[in-house]
Amino acid sequence: MKELLAHFNKAFESKARLSIMSVLMVNESMSFNGLKELLALTDGNLATHLRALEEAGYVLVQKQFVGRKPNTTYQASEAGRQAFTEHLNALEAFIRTI
Amino acid sequence: MNEHLQTLTEIRSLMERSSKFLSLSGLSGVSAGIVALIGAAVVYMRVRTDWLSVLPYEKLANYGLAQYEQVHLFLVQTAMLVLLAALGLGILFTVRKARKQGQPVWNMASRRLIWAMAVPLLAGGGVCLALLQYRLLFLTLPVTLIFYGLALLNGSKYTVRDVEYLAYCEIALGLLALFITGWSLLFWTVGFGVLHILYGMAMYWKYDRNPTHQPAA
Repeated sequence: MKELLAHFNKAFESKARLSIMSVLMVNESMSFNGLKELLALTDGNLATHLRALEEAGYVLVQKQFVGRKPNTTYQASEAGRQAFTEHLNALEAFIRTI
Repeated sequence: MNEHLQTLTEIRSLMERSSKFLSLSGLSGVSAGIVALIGAAVVYMRVRTDWLSVLPYEKLANYGLAQYEQVHLFLVQTAMLVLLAALGLGILFTVRKARKQGQPVWNMASRRLIWAMAVPLLAGGGVCLALLQYRLLFLTLPVTLIFYGLALLNGSKYTVRDVEYLAYCEIALGLLALFITGWSLLFWTVGFGVLHILYGMAMYWKYDRNPTHQPAA
């Protein structure tokens, strides 16, 4: 059991972060507002989780301006994709053991 | 344990919901099909030929110029009306379903779906305009089927997978109609009318009636 849990990734401990990663896995990139709409999180909450993922190197951030409005889009990095897949595999293996 | 299972289910749902537009209503298909049937009936009554050899190339070739222009104008006008009515009703039912699901209609997924379909459709529209200009009326109807099928095939990546099968049927019918030229109105009626109604009813039964079968639920 201990062995299985070793593959659980601390960065994905919160459900919000797991949700963000799962959206970024299937979408090439996603805007802040797009994520907010899908996950139904508050601005501050979402920004905190995104920053954590960015610091872990799992998410790439791109800041642009559309006219005068800032438009930030997020992308899953290669490391993020790998970490997410491993985490999911661990989750699946864990569930299978029960 | 239960918590982890639930997490997995939610991840699946999010992945699907964020990349696909799942609010497409079966009733949209049925209404588009009915509109197409009405349109085809109107054309049939107006052009009034043998049902199985509707709009044969030979007959069109015998039309005088004035008569051809008249039929031509009538067909284009009817086609436009059918298109507008089908689109309007289709959007209406889909918006209604999205509201019921509490999902936004205008989001990333729907924009992608519309773009994926718009490109082949506009290209097909261009081809049809050219065919009409060269008086190749008998080719126009099959070509609308083929390009519509290609648009569906392209769009099926961004919505329920079942659209893919409808796409193959439309393309096959269009190709068949290209070779069996005498029956183009009949092929068109089957493709846009009958297939839409069958597909719409299947979708309605599969997703709309019974919410537990909802792919993203």
